[in-house]
Amino acid sequence: MERPLTQNIKPDGSPARLEDYLHNGGYEGLRRAVKDLSPLEVQAAVKDAGLRGRGGAGFPTGVKWGLVPMGQSAGQKYLVVNADEMEPGTFKDRLLLEGDPHQLLEGLIITAFAIQASIAYIFLRGEYVLAAERLRQAISEAEQSGHLGKNVLGSDFSVEVHLHTSAGRYICGEETALLNSLEGKRATPRAKPPFPQISGLWGRPTVVNNVETLCNVPHIIRKGADWYRTLSRSSDAGTKLYGVSGRVKRPGLWELPIGTPVREIIEEHAGGMQDGHRLKGFLPGGASTDFLLPQHLDVPMDFQAIADAGSRLGTGTMIILDDKTCPVRMVLNLERFFARESCGWCTPCRDGLPWVVQVLEDLVAGRGRAEDLPLLARLCRTIGPGNTFCALAPGAAAPLGSALTHFRGDFEHYLPRAARVA
Amino acid sequence: MHTNTQGLSAVEIEEIRTEMSHYADQSAASIEALKVVQKHRGWVSDEHLKAVAGLLDLSPEELDGVATFYNLIFRKPVGRKVILCCDSVSCWMLGADQVRERISHRLGIAPGETTADGEFTLLPICCLGACDHAPVLMVNEKLYHDVDQAALEDILERRAGAPLK
Repeated sequence: MERPLTQNIKPDGSPARLEDYLHNGGYEGLRRAVKDLSPLEVQAAVKDAGLRGRGGAGFPTGVKWGLVPMGQSAGQKYLVVNADEMEPGTFKDRLLLEGDPHQLLEGLIITAFAIQASIAYIFLRGEYVLAAERLRQAISEAEQSGHLGKNVLGSDFSVEVHLHTSAGRYICGEETALLNSLEGKRATPRAKPPFPQISGLWGRPTVVNNVETLCNVPHIIRKGADWYRTLSRSSDAGTKLYGVSGRVKRPGLWELPIGTPVREIIEEHAGGMQDGHRLKGFLPGGASTDFLLPQHLDVPMDFQAIADAGSRLGTGTMIILDDKTCPVRMVLNLERFFARESCGWCTPCRDGLPWVVQVLEDLVAGRGRAEDLPLLARLCRTIGPGNTFCALAPGAAAPLGSALTHFRGDFEHYLPRAARVA
Repeated sequence: MHTNTQGLSAVEIEEIRTEMSHYADQSAASIEALKVVQKHRGWVSDEHLKAVAGLLDLSPEELDGVATFYNLIFRKPVGRKVILCCDSVSCWMLGADQVRERISHRLGIAPGETTADGEFTLLPICCLGACDHAPVLMVNEKLYHDVDQAALEDILERRAGAPLK
């Protein structure tokens, strides 16, 4: 089984240096791009490969790039790497950033070439101190070896890269909030349209791509779209970093063919549940995805199959709910997170999330009322898709709404006897 | 342009100007500029906020709007060591509440507070991206994972963690 994204990552956690990276075919994709291909040919290759964004939304990467204006009149364009990994339960980009920073840089340089952006920013969360150190080292190595900067590998193409280390707030991961943050402002999201590809950083065409997404690009360019499509076990293409956290025997992260069934990830790779614990449910792709149940264990972890099961692939890092953890308290933990991290820009999110938290707190404190459960269901619609500027509050509604459906009894259990509906 | 940079050191001004050079609009360096001051002084006082605003050609109010938005910019003094205790879902399932309570009990401070000797500040933080090693916390720039009783003692007793620069 091929593991292109993690092939250079060492078990001891030390980073792949430039010589390691070059030894394993590193920067060959970049050489091919700038020497043999036009920017539009690079875009076409990524489109043909069927790469979909790995940050959570799953938008086709080549299509995203295709919306950027090209040609002489397009003016200044930007590429931004979203390395603001902060989705609870998600720890995949950290591995790629710390373990193989040149792979990200190669993906970044090829992508900048494909959309003809001369300036790129890596937006890194402030707490990823080790990743920052290794990225700085890799940027300097890539500049000195002619892979980055003026006239990349002797071509006409030049690109500069700046590392921006952030200062907290989950909302920065939302791509338009990220752009405001990069402009030095409060990280509130922007209305779409216009989409960043047309009007992004300082109103210029901008592509924002996730770390894992960009790490796929060098391999696609080097080995081709046909090869890339053979890596998967489903209609989606390539490999995916899958993670498992919670009460399993071996929590961790593995690069596997996209479409690997949930059961295989939890039972073979994560070693199954810890002794004395049974699987009650799981969030397949981070905190803002709907709960799935043991009956979904044989669902392939890809975009369509997880959507058909009623959730989202999200970041592909699962959070396990075991039978000794209370789903209501777990949801309370999640909603407290979303309430705290709301940027406060739009009303359903700013006021709705604390309301949800208050109702849940009352419920677990034994002060629940019979009307609280329908109220929570109604609040899920208020904060849900279509009513907010960005996906934060709809993301918060996902685990709450699905828990209300799947774990109804656990919610009712907290109602005082008098409040229970017969 | 009149620039009031009073109170900032030459090193800080140089570091901030370097950050400003990375952006088409210099005020975009606001967060990095605040982080420069914080790196040297531990936190950002009103006086230094005003000086940074002068450098970036922003009003102090505009810059404070930015500073107070971001939880890793400290507008109040903090201890020499800032404990960032992850309270997100995977850590919560594996005992983050108990870790935080233990720290609070041992140091006599609630989240958001600083010990009287100025050594420690305790703050909550969202998911630190090491969920396979929950529970986790950070002390200044060092990540501690699989935090158990013994690791906590190490952090609190022997006062581990790099000193704040």
